[in-house]
Amino acid sequence: MDFEKLRHGTELIKRGFARMQKGGVIMDVTTPEQARIAEEAGAVAVMALQAVPADIRKAGGVARMADPEIVQQIIDTVTIPVMAKARIGHFVEAEILEALGVDMVDESEVLTPADPYFHIDKTQFTVPFVCGARNLGEALRRINEGAAMIRTKGEAGTGDVSQAVKHMKQIQGEIRALAGKTKEELIMVSRDIEAPIELVVETSKMQRLPVVNFAAGGVATPADAALMMRLGADGVFVGSGIFKAENPEKMARAVVEAVNNFDNPAKLAEISKGVGAGMKGISASMIPVEEALQERGW
Amino acid sequence: MVFFMKIGVIAIQGAVSEHVDALRRALKERGADAEVVAIKHKGVVPECGGIVIPGGESTTLCRLLAREGIAEEIKDAAARGVPILGTCAGLIVIAKEGDEQVEKTSQELLGIMDTKVNRNAFGRQRDSFEAELEVEILGSPFTGVFIRAPGIVNCGPGVRVLSRLDDLIIAAEQGNVLALAFHPELTDDLRIHQYFLDKVFNC
Repeated sequence: MDFEKLRHGTELIKRGFARMQKGGVIMDVTTPEQARIAEEAGAVAVMALQAVPADIRKAGGVARMADPEIVQQIIDTVTIPVMAKARIGHFVEAEILEALGVDMVDESEVLTPADPYFHIDKTQFTVPFVCGARNLGEALRRINEGAAMIRTKGEAGTGDVSQAVKHMKQIQGEIRALAGKTKEELIMVSRDIEAPIELVVETSKMQRLPVVNFAAGGVATPADAALMMRLGADGVFVGSGIFKAENPEKMARAVVEAVNNFDNPAKLAEISKGVGAGMKGISASMIPVEEALQERGW
Repeated sequence: MVFFMKIGVIAIQGAVSEHVDALRRALKERGADAEVVAIKHKGVVPECGGIVIPGGESTTLCRLLAREGIAEEIKDAAARGVPILGTCAGLIVIAKEGDEQVEKTSQELLGIMDTKVNRNAFGRQRDSFEAELEVEILGSPFTGVFIRAPGIVNCGPGVRVLSRLDDLIIAAEQGNVLALAFHPELTDDLRIHQYFLDKVFNC
């Protein structure tokens, strides 16, 4: 094979990877054993973490990239893609994860940001990135920095889906509002939301984000996952919702089946029976603004 | 009686809308009339005159195809001579035999193509690439998009090799079944979809 002629890490390759995840469920895992359970249940990928967001929230302190040893063990355990989180702006953590062979890096507000002003320049990497967003401006700024996939921020670790719903509806609503606007009106939107005009025009034309858009941050039950799909998510991240549930195996399988049957209430009723209690959680409205993870990132 | 062709794209997970769009554009280009449907559940495959199994995660696809009862329907369709196109994960799903990566997750492959596959023959995502390919059925190079791509390591005598990269087979056909390790649905080049539609309309 003439390796000179192979083009690695192109935008098509990075965004293409995200497209292969569509219609799937990506689960947070902290051990190889959990990764195996997620794969067995039908997850399309796993997110390797030191602790799930609910525990990060409880523990407080500075949350950083997971121990590379654990990430490596998870990579060696499953056949599906392995993602891992780097701190916002911490390009060296991202480089370490890339060197480990991680398939996608999540530049995540769940970890403590490493840079108060700048996100990682993701165009410099071969590995694709996913980033959180609450609104269209944030989403397009991340895409402009090279993100190949967007997810709603929601409010991670709460088990309260309301913030994911809010962010998904916000983004969809802003995209709908672009329809029919003239070029000069789009330029004004671009200024208002602080996003590049090219991406605003592209989004207006496509009437969707130019990259895959998943739901994340508070999805805790099969019904939550189906709700996000009904709202137009391309797929779902489930963080604490699986392994903080009473029966992780059953919950994992049920969430996967719910995403595949999101538009069939009778089937969803069957799927939701006997899965055991979901994670206890905390109402997002009880979290003071200064402790809200969604406020991180700019 | 008007005969109306239906072409199904298995929509469990992965690059479904991309294949649906590519097929619709290819149909328009050739002036043919057919309905392209996304298949999530049992009962639709038997009505289709062509089936596409898209890229996605093969471990997930195999599990859900079996759970939803679609796996058996695809096997029946293949046996009846219905054209089947499997891309990337789809190439794994239709194979007869997998490597230890496939074996360790005890996936049930459909076994409708006499091939042995290697799940991530071209490595992890950082190794994913684009390259210009020589494909036997096409006159000029085709841009192959390889994402954590599989490869065919071995095939039976009934399988026609259409393209190779190094020592791996990346495109092959066996009668009505066509397998690709790459993603034609991620490019604007419709030639492979047209080749598949030739099979659909000639059978």
